[in-house]
Amino acid sequence: MELEYKNKKTRRDFFKAAGIFTGGVLFATLLKPYKSLAYKLHEGETSNVWYGIGIDIEKCIGCGRCANACKNENDVPREPFYFRNWVEQYTIKNDGEVIVESPNGGIDGFTQSIPDEDIYKSFFVPKLCNHCYKSPCEQVCPVGATYRSPEGIILVDEEYCIGCRYCVQACPYGCRFIHPKKKVASKCTYCYHRVKKGLNPACMDACPTGARIFGNLRDKSGPLAEFLKEHNCHVLKPHLNTGSKLYYNGLNMEVK
Amino acid sequence: MIQEHQHLYEALSKVDGYIFPNEIELNWSILIVLYPYITGLVAGAFILASLERVFNVKALKPIYVISLLTALAFMLTATMPLISHLGHPGRFYELMITPHFSSAMAIFGFVYLWYLMVVLLLELWFDYRKDIVIWSKEKKGLLKYFYKALTLGVTDISPEAVKWDEKLGYIVTVIGIPSAFLLHGYVGFIFGSVKANPWWSSVSMPVIFLFSAMVSGIALVMFVYFAINYFRKKVVDMLCLDTIAKYLFYILIIDFTLEALDQIHRIYEAEESFEIISMLVSGKLIFTLGIMQVLLGTIVPLLALGLFQLYKPKDIVRKWTYFIVSILVLIGIFFMRWNVVIGGQLFSKSFYGFTSFKLSLIGQEGLLMAIVWIIVPFLILWALLLLFPPWKKVEVED
Repeated sequence: MELEYKNKKTRRDFFKAAGIFTGGVLFATLLKPYKSLAYKLHEGETSNVWYGIGIDIEKCIGCGRCANACKNENDVPREPFYFRNWVEQYTIKNDGEVIVESPNGGIDGFTQSIPDEDIYKSFFVPKLCNHCYKSPCEQVCPVGATYRSPEGIILVDEEYCIGCRYCVQACPYGCRFIHPKKKVASKCTYCYHRVKKGLNPACMDACPTGARIFGNLRDKSGPLAEFLKEHNCHVLKPHLNTGSKLYYNGLNMEVK
Repeated sequence: MIQEHQHLYEALSKVDGYIFPNEIELNWSILIVLYPYITGLVAGAFILASLERVFNVKALKPIYVISLLTALAFMLTATMPLISHLGHPGRFYELMITPHFSSAMAIFGFVYLWYLMVVLLLELWFDYRKDIVIWSKEKKGLLKYFYKALTLGVTDISPEAVKWDEKLGYIVTVIGIPSAFLLHGYVGFIFGSVKANPWWSSVSMPVIFLFSAMVSGIALVMFVYFAINYFRKKVVDMLCLDTIAKYLFYILIIDFTLEALDQIHRIYEAEESFEIISMLVSGKLIFTLGIMQVLLGTIVPLLALGLFQLYKPKDIVRKWTYFIVSILVLIGIFFMRWNVVIGGQLFSKSFYGFTSFKLSLIGQEGLLMAIVWIIVPFLILWALLLLFPPWKKVEVED
């Protein structure tokens, strides 16, 4: 009886084989992330460039040229629901009601539908990616297709993004969308292709009033650092602690 | 171009108030409603099975194997809605080979595989090993080789070996319970950890997901048990049904309490997002939340099951009530997932307005596709029941 059982393959053999197989797969899986870990160690933490944008709300006239320039420069679909950069018009009525509008992201300009005598105040707020230092979109990307460049710019690897849309959900500012043709996440890159050549982002050059200040936060004598020194600036949704690098001067509490 | 974005232009005309321009499109549609729904069914069915095995609830014996097979059938389908909703389904494997560990979603593949391979398949294998060996000898043709392959070369069915199967199966079940908790609690965390969305961002989300998973899984097994007995023309075991109903009742109470607590907390704290969320609940979600989830999916089943704890009408009345309750609960939990996933995307993160959602009939994210992903696990279960009929298993002494 015993002999008969001895000849048969035992559970132990099976577990051995299964163990070797699983271990091998696990080991192979573990290697790749370590590669990126090693890369992260050498990542430009010592980089002396750390980009951000300041916006002087009082200077914004709502012409929408920034939004238009962005669409031209970055091949953003023309439809009125894909924007890397848009302008919002806030109208606060005497009775306290807040009306926000952004027809076609402000590209075609704005009209005021509220009669003058009912308006308490009105202003424009340009919006774009906050390039957060502790960015929720980068945190939630399951494959690491969203990453931060050494200059502090949040970018998407289009060849790598699986299109799960988790980052779109995680962005508190509504700055991401899924590109209808490429089926991957798309967002403001600060015109990385231009910045790398020493040019300004397209929206900066398009702004006729100088309401946008693009610059290196680590250059303490640079324009952005100067702007932040001279003005009391705020970021959007500070309670979310995203480490936003989009600073607004004269930000009203109604702006979310 | 306009044609291509027709539905978005249509949605644009239905926006109430102000939403960020990119928010017109709902990013997660019905397929992502199904994903937590299906994984919840798996976790729930498994936990019910483990009640019999680990906590030795003898009355549940008739549904032990059925629960496990049900869990497996749904588990095999769980990833499908997830993968097919991706912009690049062909790149899904990146989740496994280059996971970005700070993402809650990145771990899904591993949690899933752990649960499928280590818990479900292993437990079923230990449970069926003796039968598979016997069937591999008895059956003819292709089936013989099918069972032979499933023995994985382990053909030892001596009483000692079978005893070991029992022991190892027990250990797997013990590991399986926290794994089932992990699987579904984790799915809740995927939503609960999104701080950008006040409707999702809640520390109780994983716990709520877990208990609603148990509720739905138990209801599903109840439904499947009815269906199996109907097709096999057998009489249902009333003691077993009463026991399932008792557990369903208790867990439904916990689930309802947790969800109510979460809402009361929101209402009392009344944070920045309170106004927009109360408008959401009393407006766009009134039907799916108020009627489908709370009234039909929770209160009616609670009343019916609660009544039976105090007063027991005739078997036939209880039987039919259980049948209806199981369906109501299944629908209720589906709408719970709906209210989380769809509800969380209907209001703008600017808190100034709403977008609308129209479920299309066809297409990758359409209603028909969703129905397919609901039917497929039942077909798999049917196949599993044919290949591994629980009623033809050799009884093993405990």
